Amino acid sequence: MADKATIIMQSGYYDRLYSALVVGTGALSMGMDVSIYFTFWGLDRLKKGRLEKGPLSRMNMLGLGKWMVKRKMKKANVRSLKDLMDDYIELGGKVLACDMTMDIMGVKRDDLDRDLIGDYCAVGTYIKEARESDITLFL
Amino acid sequence: MEERRTLKIDVLGETCPVPLVETRKAIRKAEVGDIIEVVGNHPPSKDEIPMAVESLGLELLGVEQKDDRWKITIRIPGESDG
Repeated sequence: MADKATIIMQSGYYDRLYSALVVGTGALSMGMDVSIYFTFWGLDRLKKGRLEKGPLSRMNMLGLGKWMVKRKMKKANVRSLKDLMDDYIELGGKVLACDMTMDIMGVKRDDLDRDLIGDYCAVGTYIKEARESDITLFL
Repeated sequence: MEERRTLKIDVLGETCPVPLVETRKAIRKAEVGDIIEVVGNHPPSKDEIPMAVESLGLELLGVEQKDDRWKITIRIPGESDG
């Protein structure tokens, strides 16, 4: 059985989603199974066309900070969030949307990008996976 | 005798996690007996790709460094290895 990594994406920050996807693709590349659970503000990143729209967690400065970081990333030839998400899914990573917080945040299934989402779930699914995981992260 | 293919992956100029990810993609597409050659220049990946090879139970045939470039050669082992 493959080792497992389970990540909760609770914030919708641009930089934190990068962390989730870099760790996620890295773990998949090293032969692990990976699930990322999107909940609360993280759900916003799964809405159609919103994947790259999150602010920076620090020094966003009304978007100026993010613009500067994106520029530096492009210069350093860092893969875009969209491409990393495509890699993540291609390598078998699972994207799960938390059903309960979708109700709280007023997010409907039709609002979400179905090309990204593997499944909808509740806390029991997360606990089941997390207790089998060698790596668990809360971002 | 199984037929061997050599899959060449060029990740020159790419940074984390791309060399690792592209190597993994190639491994997923490869068949038993295939050889994968990865050429890149991202320093940490030279150590990390062999770690992934070990985790995945594959065979590391070689790691070569020339100037700032490295080449990692991997083989997909199979039943016929006996």
